[in-house]
Amino acid sequence: MVGRSLRQADNYRRMAEMNELRGPDDKPQRQPADKAVPLVETMGNIRSDDPYVVAENVNVYYGDNHAIQDVSLEFGKDEVIALIGPSGCGKSTFLRCLNRMNDSIESARVTGLITLDGQDIYARKLDPVALRARVGMVFQKPNPFPKSIYDNVAYGPRIHGLAADRADLDDIVHTSLERAGLIKEVKDRLDEPGTSLSGGQQQRLCIARTIAVNPEVILMDEPCSALDPIATAHIEDLIDELSANYAIVIVTHSMQQAARVSSRVAYFHLGKLIEVDETDKIFTNPQHKLTEDYVTGRIG
Amino acid sequence: MGTTSRQETRSRVEATLARRHRRETLFRTAGIASTLVGVLFLGTFFWTLIANGGSAFLQTFIRLDVTFSADVLAADGEVDLAYADFDALARNALQSVFPDVSERAPRRELNRLLSIGAGYQFRDMLEKNPDLLGTTESVWVPAAANVDMVVKGNIDASTPEDLRAVSDLQLVWIAALENQGRLDKKFNRALFSNGDSREPELAGIRGALVGSFYMLLITIGIAFPVGAAAAIYLEEFAPKNRWADLIEVNINNLAAVPSIVFGLLGLAVFINWMSLPRSAPLVGGLVLSLLTLPVIIIASRAAIKSVPPSIREAALGLGASKMQVVFHHVMPLALPGMLTGAIIGMSRALGESAPLLMIGMVAFIVDVPGSFSDPATALPVQIFLWADSPERAFAERTSAAIIVLLGFLLLMNLAAVILRRKVERQW
Repeated sequence: MVGRSLRQADNYRRMAEMNELRGPDDKPQRQPADKAVPLVETMGNIRSDDPYVVAENVNVYYGDNHAIQDVSLEFGKDEVIALIGPSGCGKSTFLRCLNRMNDSIESARVTGLITLDGQDIYARKLDPVALRARVGMVFQKPNPFPKSIYDNVAYGPRIHGLAADRADLDDIVHTSLERAGLIKEVKDRLDEPGTSLSGGQQQRLCIARTIAVNPEVILMDEPCSALDPIATAHIEDLIDELSANYAIVIVTHSMQQAARVSSRVAYFHLGKLIEVDETDKIFTNPQHKLTEDYVTGRIG
Repeated sequence: MGTTSRQETRSRVEATLARRHRRETLFRTAGIASTLVGVLFLGTFFWTLIANGGSAFLQTFIRLDVTFSADVLAADGEVDLAYADFDALARNALQSVFPDVSERAPRRELNRLLSIGAGYQFRDMLEKNPDLLGTTESVWVPAAANVDMVVKGNIDASTPEDLRAVSDLQLVWIAALENQGRLDKKFNRALFSNGDSREPELAGIRGALVGSFYMLLITIGIAFPVGAAAAIYLEEFAPKNRWADLIEVNINNLAAVPSIVFGLLGLAVFINWMSLPRSAPLVGGLVLSLLTLPVIIIASRAAIKSVPPSIREAALGLGASKMQVVFHHVMPLALPGMLTGAIIGMSRALGESAPLLMIGMVAFIVDVPGSFSDPATALPVQIFLWADSPERAFAERTSAAIIVLLGFLLLMNLAAVILRRKVERQW
């Protein structure tokens, strides 16, 4: 109950802020970590054998609301990590720290250290625009641009100047659509608007759009929550295939989904990272009482 | 819960049903009545306008057999178009129709049947075709406004002669002209091709239309770019703090400021301080752009706000910069809404007269303005001027000018509706 109302407040705030996108993007919002906050003991193993993205003692505040408390977590290069937890636990907020999408929320403050391949992503000289080309994002609700399917996929390469010429761009678009498993369905209708596709196709189009800029990490914020089971299965297969080339962080409400697609699972509760471990271990032998309650369906 | 209580619940619900239905019926009736009142007022308005102004689109002309005689035009033999007595041609032609009117006083009365426009018409004919000199032509010339009024039935023959604008003799002549087929109503081209005039039959709205057009050009040229830029900045870039709130409140207040205040501002700033020409479309356009700016800003902000945040997030997530998000995604989606706001602002500007009175656009100006700095008037001001004139013939011209103005406003609002339809699409 508490979790839900918190989440609602959080959502409401975020929606209100997003409605009036404000503030310059590149405003440095990082502040030194607050030493007074006691470290939260996370059970399991937050370390990765081959860490690529590393979060150390990350705190996020929305105004006075301490949304993420001292989260440390490592993401490996070719693994799929699922972030699970009840509504309002901060998993989406944490996800949005990894590509600095929280920058556009004026009241949001991020402390701690997040590195991508050893590079501090909140460093003053780092441009969030460049970061987001390396860390792609797929959103909860499919949000294709109201442009043609081709232009949707070509947009990223165009703004980043990735294609030398038209043939090159065509190639990128086709490859991306192919990797997203959409090419068969759309190859004869690239000029039709992206919004004319079905929900599941739209979400795969958004994934194609994301991989067209060749990111290193893909963040997925409940990518299947608006989709039917068949479309969901499509996306899950796709995540499986993509995991060979990209580090994938997926927020999900479905424990079955987490079990199916991820190699590691991180359980969040009220802004704290409670437990991280191999997927099997979380679902069969969780160490923390809260994790056990959640995965057995007693809370959530 | 036994059966009795359930029955009781049902009977209670049924007891309230009748009252609820009655209330709904009452509310519906009230709604229909209010709508009907509105429609009735609108209908009356349009009906009176068309009944009063419709006749102004036709104008009475008299057919004269004019002899372009060099003797009449130039006493000393040399015809000089600038000084020749063209009115004499008209007088002679009319008198040849009524040869038995020989005394001075009745002849003068007879001459008053013709508009002074007849002489100008002959001059223009001769200017265009000098070969006409010495020939006799059958020409339709404008009748005086009073004749027009008699023909249109606006002057009652039963009123005593001394209370009537047209004398008994003139009425007889008009009837005679009508019998001879020398009197006819034709399309009133002067209404659209002439500027203002003291003579109702020669007065037209061309000057006012051109003046309004120049002003709207200035207004759209200034208010739309400035308004759109302000709206984009305030919505997408400006930090949301107390200053932003203050600016927002003030923009909303500005939209509610009476328009005459903008006129005073224009008088003080543009004319007195910047020494721009008075009565000019330039100043009028500047004042009207101040007036429409808040309307455009408010409409544009609403249009920008209605672009779903998911589109912005999608673009940001791909690594688009703030500028790219705004100009690649937000602007194209908000543009129809912004243009709708601009058109609504323009139609408000087109109908505005009060601020223009303040900057001297209320002057009597005959010439059609040729540039942004020429003295000019505007359509609503022309209506105001004509409505002030005592002549009966100006009354119908007032209504005609209102019909033209409403026609333009209708077109603009139609364009706004069409644009708005385009906005209402699915994301």
